[in-house]
Amino acid sequence: MSRLLTLSAIETNGLAKQFGKIMAVDRIDLTVSKGEVFALLGPNGAGKTTFINMLCTLIKPTGGWARVAGHDIVHESLAVRKNIGIVFQEPSLDDLLTARENLCLHCMLYGVPQPETGARIERMLAIVGLDARADDLVRTYSGGMRRRLEIARGLIHTPRILFLDEPTLGLDPASRQAVWSYIQELKAAAKTTIVLTTHYMEEADRLSDRVAIIANGRIKEIGTCEELKNKVGGDMVILKGRIEPEAFAGLDFVKETLREQSGLRLTVREAPRHLKTILDRCPQVEEVRVRRVTLDDVFLKFTGSPMPGENSG
Amino acid sequence: MNMMPADLRAVYALLLREIKIYFREKERIISILVSPLLFLFVMGRGLSGHSPIAGINYQQFIFPGILCMVILFTAITYGLYIIWDKRLDFLKEVLAAPISRGTLFFGKSLGGMVGAVMESLILLVIGAIFVLPLGPAKILTAFILSVPFSFIMANIGLSIVARMNSMEGFGLVMSFLTWPMFIFGGALFDLSKAGPWLRLAAYLDPFAYCVDLMRWVMFGWGAFPLTLDLTAVVFFCLVSAAWGVFSFGSLQQTR
Repeated sequence: MSRLLTLSAIETNGLAKQFGKIMAVDRIDLTVSKGEVFALLGPNGAGKTTFINMLCTLIKPTGGWARVAGHDIVHESLAVRKNIGIVFQEPSLDDLLTARENLCLHCMLYGVPQPETGARIERMLAIVGLDARADDLVRTYSGGMRRRLEIARGLIHTPRILFLDEPTLGLDPASRQAVWSYIQELKAAAKTTIVLTTHYMEEADRLSDRVAIIANGRIKEIGTCEELKNKVGGDMVILKGRIEPEAFAGLDFVKETLREQSGLRLTVREAPRHLKTILDRCPQVEEVRVRRVTLDDVFLKFTGSPMPGENSG
Repeated sequence: MNMMPADLRAVYALLLREIKIYFREKERIISILVSPLLFLFVMGRGLSGHSPIAGINYQQFIFPGILCMVILFTAITYGLYIIWDKRLDFLKEVLAAPISRGTLFFGKSLGGMVGAVMESLILLVIGAIFVLPLGPAKILTAFILSVPFSFIMANIGLSIVARMNSMEGFGLVMSFLTWPMFIFGGALFDLSKAGPWLRLAAYLDPFAYCVDLMRWVMFGWGAFPLTLDLTAVVFFCLVSAAWGVFSFGSLQQTR
């Protein structure tokens, strides 16, 4: 216990998983601090779920090591599992049981003290707003209700670390908002370390302290949302019209120019201050838009994007 | 493996789940009994085969075998249902829980046992009324025996399924394991008069000893010596449990 106070929540070193010839996770080194909300952002098939499944001791790594809550994921898998909660990407509720029974079964499997179980179940059901339907079979639940029940289940044994694999995948906007605000509450109140995977940039931006961008099983970039945005370069200036990139040669505040279908996209440091200079260079411009860099831009830049002209492997 | 109170509670939790689901799926309780009842009442009467025991007709002769058949089919099918759990990702919840694979195996195995014992009890009552009048002592002994029989069969089903990932394997197991175990087990004929090859197959078949032991209980007659039957049942209980713990040890989330 005392050892946990001094260690980071998660620590991986060269963690790798190979399926046949495919490196699903290619030597990832990562440290997540206690109480941190950490997002793994990446396209489908990037290796996020495989990485999470290794940390949850569901699959064994083929290389490297990792410690979760201070315990080795291979040799102390039971101790790891006692300290974590998981909300899987695919629904893993028992359809043939009621919500209350699902939670009760979970408490028994996770060794929640018997006298506390009833009260905890009531509290969690109220938090996720399922108290009215608690005794209905999960079979009759909608997708959003299932998701909320899974989150309640992942938390009911008060884990130190919560893994959320695509927590809002397939949810309608209202349910997504509800899940987000709940995760934010959890972060503020319980100081739970949360690792979530997502391919929604907005989700990572809203929830996480730090983000790692994963592609092809490797971490391409890691940092706070702000840091990553700054790495892309500040602001975006989108110009419409017949403009050549050469027009901006020699301007040191223009970090990148990129041809787009109907014009040009510039990455500019302190765009508002330099906007006049930019416009002077292209009198034939038809339309101008300036916006802050979003994680979308970061994502596209670092994952080998679908956009033409850009590439980072 | 040392069982801690937490493990016992986990086993109880898994067992509780199976019992709840068992009583919720009433169609399944009935549907599992259909083919054994057809065997007992249609083939048993229609075939009017040979019974080696004086005063016992063919239908009565196959009754212990059909009783074991219910156990065999219920328990192995139950084991195979875990493939559904795997496919539907429900198993993930249990695999990620802080319980050992051995605990998980025993929880599942006991769960399968409950279903099989319940089914055999229903058939035992039907049989005792319509086919073979049995005293309370014989009914009780037959019921008690259904527990280790169910344990063996559930273990076999679970051990096989731990290595399977697709529902296609279900049919394979039924045609290459369950049915041969049933046919070679001598549920429908007298093994003591069977040829050497058939006997050899029966000696390897755990189901054969279950049927034979059940006949000892009901008729005081068996094709094998009573001590062999008893030894074999104990042996298969231990071996199948060890096999199950071993197979579950390497159980990983697939996909």
